[in-house]
Amino acid sequence: MVKEFEKAGFTIVHMCNLVPVSLTVGANRIVPTISIPYPLGDPNTSKEEQWKLRYHRVGVALDALTTDVTEQTVFKVRI
Amino acid sequence: MKKVVCYLNQFFGGVGGEDKADQEPFIVTEKIGPVMAINAALKDAEVTHTIVCGDNFMGSNTDEAISRIMDMLKDVEMDLFIAGPAFQAGRYGVACGTICKAVQDKLGVTAITSMNVENPGVDMFKRDVYIFKGGNGAVKMRQDVKAMTDFANKLLAGGKSEGADAEGYFARGKRQEKFLEFKRENTAAYRGVQMLIRKMNKQPYQTELVIPAKELVPIAPAIKDLSKAVVALVTTGGIVPVDNPDRIQSASATRWGRYDMTGMDRLESGVFKTIHAGFDPAAANADPNVIVPLDAMRAYEKEGKIGRLHNYFYSTVGTGTTEAEAKRMANEMIPYLRDDGVTAIIMGST
Repeated sequence: MVKEFEKAGFTIVHMCNLVPVSLTVGANRIVPTISIPYPLGDPNTSKEEQWKLRYHRVGVALDALTTDVTEQTVFKVRI
Repeated sequence: MKKVVCYLNQFFGGVGGEDKADQEPFIVTEKIGPVMAINAALKDAEVTHTIVCGDNFMGSNTDEAISRIMDMLKDVEMDLFIAGPAFQAGRYGVACGTICKAVQDKLGVTAITSMNVENPGVDMFKRDVYIFKGGNGAVKMRQDVKAMTDFANKLLAGGKSEGADAEGYFARGKRQEKFLEFKRENTAAYRGVQMLIRKMNKQPYQTELVIPAKELVPIAPAIKDLSKAVVALVTTGGIVPVDNPDRIQSASATRWGRYDMTGMDRLESGVFKTIHAGFDPAAANADPNVIVPLDAMRAYEKEGKIGRLHNYFYSTVGTGTTEAEAKRMANEMIPYLRDDGVTAIIMGST
């Protein structure tokens, strides 16, 4: 799906846990998430920690959309 | 008697379903689940140990999982390693490929697995591991086990592979030497010229060295001014209104939906839920924003980092879904996105 959107001209970032799968399939901008059942907020942590993590990683994804890349790129996250 | 070690996920290892997918790896000597069938089909060989590991543990803590499993295997004698079969189960397939490659690289033992062509593990590991062409679900267990064990028996008896097509595994892109009778028609020059003549005459011909191509799409340019852009959220995590109005399937989806978020600051539990059958839904049902991060997007919208959020999110289920269906669904979504001037997308996968 990522490739179809990108082919149609949308700038797209893929947020996923299984980064090697995303690379194999061919996404160009990738931001890692923390797990499969809860990509953006671990329910074993406080609501505040979950929010911080989600806000940060979505922010990285938005910055990825404004970053020119020349090859498949996995963007770094801090939390 | 030769010794074989097997690998199963939490489901086939009898631990449990998605709620047990975080299961840490462990090793047993009992023959459990598909290992009973594998063991029964082996000639002059026995499955002595089986490793069981949860798919999410392997997917999210890959290095840790590999290192623990290598530790468990360090004193285990084995002649062959068999993982799966994994059918169309994506995480299981990737796990089988991962552990097979590790066993080969670190322990020098040949590994065999089986997956369906739609399994992402095929493209990731077919160059490294013998991956037999498997069915799309556990009803094909008998055939898939037979394909793996027939080949296992051959290798254990000292036999050699006859090549990918003859044996039934995915081509590894490896060339094997084969001695042909010494005559002019068998020389590379003769074969090459014959191929060229067929090609020039527009007749069908088959290259002897297929180079598999990874299809990449041209990279879309960066968004120049995000503060003016319309951004959309798309997910394969199966988030839908609780009554699932579009009746999107929980696996092997062919349907998708677009759902209005106008006036919402977050996706409320009880209003939205996930219908994805490929993971434990508890966390996403308690807080759907962990999959569709509306709350974070609203915050960035207020800050002016993005122009605005497109008012609908788009959802389908990404487990067992074929590439062809995924392609079609994306293309069906595109006109709606274009209509609202969307230029940027955050696509979330589970």
